[in-house]
Amino acid sequence: MKQNKLIFALAAATLAAGAVQAKEVVVRIGHAGPLTGPAAAFGKDGENGARLAIEDANAKGIKIGGDTVKFELVSEDDQADPRTATTVAQRLTDSGVKGVVGHVTSGASIPASRIYEQAGIPVITPSSTSPKLTQQGYKMTFRVIANDLQQGNALGKYAVDQLKAKKIAVIDDRTAYGQGLADAFANSVKTSGGQIAGREFTNDKATDFMAILTKIKAMNPDAVFYGGMDAQAAPLARQMKQLGMTAKLLTGDGGCTGEMIKMAGDALSATTFCTQAGIPLDKMPGGAAFRTQFKQRFGNDIHVYAPYAYDAMMSVIEAMKTANSVEPAKYQPALRSLAYQGVTGPVAFDDKGDIKGGSITVYNFDAGKWAPLQTIQ
Amino acid sequence: MTTTSSALPLPASFAFDRRVQRPLVILLALAAPLIALAMGKSWVRVLDFALLYVLLAIGLNLVVGFAGLLDLGYIAFYAVGAYTWAFLASPHFGIHLPFWIVLPLGAAFAALAGIALGFPTLRLRGDYLAIVTLGFGEIIRIFMNNLNQPINITNGPQGIDSIDPLTIAGLDLSRDLDLFGFQISSLLLYYYAFLACVVFAIILVRRLQISRIGRAWAAIRDDELAAKAIGIDTRMMKLLAFALGATFGGVSGGLFAAFQGFVSPESFSLMESIVVLTMIVLGGMGNLAGVIVGAIMLTALPELLRHFAVPMQMALFGKTLLDPEVLRMLLLSLAMIVMMLVRPAGLLPARTRYAHRDRRNA
Amino acid sequence: METFLQQTLNGLVSGSIYALVALGYTMVYGILGLINFAHGELVMIGALVALQTVTLLNAAVPGLHPVILLLAGVAVAVPVCMAVGYLIERIGYRRLRNAPRLAPLITAIGVSFLLQTLAMIIWGREFHVFPQLVSTTPMQPMDGVVVSPLQIFTIVVAFALMGGLMLLVNKSRLGRAMRATAENHRVAGLMGINANGVIAATFIIGSGLAALAGVLFASNYAIAHYAMGFTPGLKAFTAAVLGGIGNLPGAMVGGLVLGLVESFGAGYIEHLTFGFLNSSYQDIFAFMILGAVLIFRPSGLLGERVADRA
Repeated sequence: MKQNKLIFALAAATLAAGAVQAKEVVVRIGHAGPLTGPAAAFGKDGENGARLAIEDANAKGIKIGGDTVKFELVSEDDQADPRTATTVAQRLTDSGVKGVVGHVTSGASIPASRIYEQAGIPVITPSSTSPKLTQQGYKMTFRVIANDLQQGNALGKYAVDQLKAKKIAVIDDRTAYGQGLADAFANSVKTSGGQIAGREFTNDKATDFMAILTKIKAMNPDAVFYGGMDAQAAPLARQMKQLGMTAKLLTGDGGCTGEMIKMAGDALSATTFCTQAGIPLDKMPGGAAFRTQFKQRFGNDIHVYAPYAYDAMMSVIEAMKTANSVEPAKYQPALRSLAYQGVTGPVAFDDKGDIKGGSITVYNFDAGKWAPLQTIQ
Repeated sequence: MTTTSSALPLPASFAFDRRVQRPLVILLALAAPLIALAMGKSWVRVLDFALLYVLLAIGLNLVVGFAGLLDLGYIAFYAVGAYTWAFLASPHFGIHLPFWIVLPLGAAFAALAGIALGFPTLRLRGDYLAIVTLGFGEIIRIFMNNLNQPINITNGPQGIDSIDPLTIAGLDLSRDLDLFGFQISSLLLYYYAFLACVVFAIILVRRLQISRIGRAWAAIRDDELAAKAIGIDTRMMKLLAFALGATFGGVSGGLFAAFQGFVSPESFSLMESIVVLTMIVLGGMGNLAGVIVGAIMLTALPELLRHFAVPMQMALFGKTLLDPEVLRMLLLSLAMIVMMLVRPAGLLPARTRYAHRDRRNA
Repeated sequence: METFLQQTLNGLVSGSIYALVALGYTMVYGILGLINFAHGELVMIGALVALQTVTLLNAAVPGLHPVILLLAGVAVAVPVCMAVGYLIERIGYRRLRNAPRLAPLITAIGVSFLLQTLAMIIWGREFHVFPQLVSTTPMQPMDGVVVSPLQIFTIVVAFALMGGLMLLVNKSRLGRAMRATAENHRVAGLMGINANGVIAATFIIGSGLAALAGVLFASNYAIAHYAMGFTPGLKAFTAAVLGGIGNLPGAMVGGLVLGLVESFGAGYIEHLTFGFLNSSYQDIFAFMILGAVLIFRPSGLLGERVADRA
């Protein structure tokens, strides 16, 4: 027993001595997202992306302020819940992280951003696309993905210009996401010279859309846009088919999923379109390499946002390198003027903290999967 | 004097000398955030939320525990309070009124909403009332979710952000206070502000409970016909219960808006009403101390589960079988069923001299 | 005009499902004076168990005829739901039959959330695809109006079941015992009726109907999910109250009326309120009706009983 203790003490001492010799400084960076609950897959994906970035940076042996820096990931679970998000944000700022990658969902990012702002810790979200997040005027909030406003705009313009849809009906699910997207889409359609035939509404728990679809059918639109998630978009697509509607179906990223294809079955056709923020992995500058590396490290494929989380983490580290300091107050200006070539493309922020020139890709249902049609800057 | 029945009615096992007990509780309430602070600020935040829920639970207890009217849409009053604060103290309408106007207004609007709900439902009782109040809660939420058109009132599902924090006499509670070189965390400031509200509420409710009104409520709860027969104005009393209960919800909602800085309709779902109801069921309907204990227990529950259940499952099975959120739901629903079957009076049952718990024929 | 007919048809389909679920509420209420809050969850369990059966059977014996799959799904789902319904009554409610009124109601809410959580643990949080075993190819009986075989099937099955239940309650021995127990279960007991048995039978029959409603619901919308039962349950309860709770034909009428109101409401409310309200208020119609009925006509459309049963 005593011997064991002695050995342990010796080992600890050697380790400590080793650390002193290399002059290593440990810098903790947080990641926050849902690791449990319905959105857990998105959170895990982001966490893994961020972890990969940290491991890459550590492998390079980055020196900041003369010391070799060892980055460490502090991962927290916000369950995609607004109130839990604030508690998690508090815990991260308490634990002395120098920056945060997260949160994953907009509902969590918005209340949490206030806490980071007050603590003066930069937070970069890889996936929260609500325009509101960066409209709060916070200095510490950044985003590496195009927001819903950009997405709605892009699809609205695409629908009128490319799909030649003149009359378009818009449905949304009355969630912050669905309504925001639908509003942006409707505005964009109008400015592009299209006409909004009608606005209908449902909710994020609905299954029966027959009544509103019957009403829409009577308006005889060229296309129907749905702002909401796949769980409703899929039955909506089926019921459109059941009613014999031939209008094109357009959705945002909420309906641009594998689940949508699975659930809507034969109701999808070449007249179904959707958008995703960002560009397809294959078209990303470092996409193919990232896919292989990710698969090797974690044994599973990228869900959606891992490359963005990777870039968010790398942006923090790059800004620290440029400012030659790991202190948030010192490197925050460097983050503002960052110009970094990431996996997803060039990363630079505008004065609100949104990514400059974030791109949107329009997809079309083709042979059982979403095929990218066009990427809009 | 009725002081004996007015004191926090604790079961015999807890009833050691009251002179020791009361200072102990006060000391604990004052010291709790300092202890929590040692474990990390996030625990203080949990405590802050716990106090908001205590306020809600005290309010709902007035309606359910005292007057025996099951309200499943209680969170609507919380929403009314929160939105009043958001309207009158945020850039949304560009109005920034001080708390001593906004908070009473929020309480007043909530009370009005309580009367609006109470008035038409006076004739209903038991299960019917429960389902109508449930509908009322949903209607309020749906309106808040949709009143961004034709004119924008609530900003719809996007919610209202950048809400003014609580500022008392020039002291902004959302910033750390620098007192002679000591940093006092904003969370502590909020804690004591909320604690003051809770203490005020407790005093008020205890006074009410032993007043004519409190006795009238108990009479209505135990037998409405008999209460009517002995000359109690049951309509008035029920309305009063709704209005007063709603007031607490309104105050709590206002404080929530100020504390969180962001309100959106998704914070006021039916599930929240059920959670508050479980708090009072668990603690003991009609008993203040029980209700408070129930509220604190259930607010801390998700945090505790995250801290202990997940690592424990990892150690036992190597992976998380049940999310903390699933566990919480499981425990909440089991608590409701088991409490009703085994200990219908709650963990700390009400022990007032007029509250008889005899079984009554349905 | 075509739109009007189409909306009527939409309303009839959703209304007949509401009616089936409403029967379960009304039977239990009639006999116990209790809102069985967990009844909606039985709809969900019915749908998910049927889905599980169909999936397993399809994997074990590929190429079976859809009708056989559907029957197999129903054949498993109905007994499972009956068992669950019985257990709810036996464990959750029987002991509280004489307790103060709030107690069984709170238990019922607890049971409802417990069933949801258990379903979430068993089947996960994701939405499952429910195979459309009856064709959904639209037919056009007249210009501008479409109807699918599945919709006709739904309405026919729902009406057949309701008819069957009416026969059972009005003509059979068990039905007579149920009616006697509903009048007064103590007196019924004195008359030699096994009141506990009759109450259990009521729960079992109601649960079986809920299972069938679940299968119809899931086939119509091609979706099954752990939380799918709550909203239809609540609406079906509204339908029961609307028709006059405790009254079987009332539940059917209430269900159909509610389905039609929702359908027309979503379709026409914008015109009726000059654009002030729109389809985003679709879900409040049920609650509005509920409030209005309870306040102005507590005995419902075809009511026999008064709401305030002391």
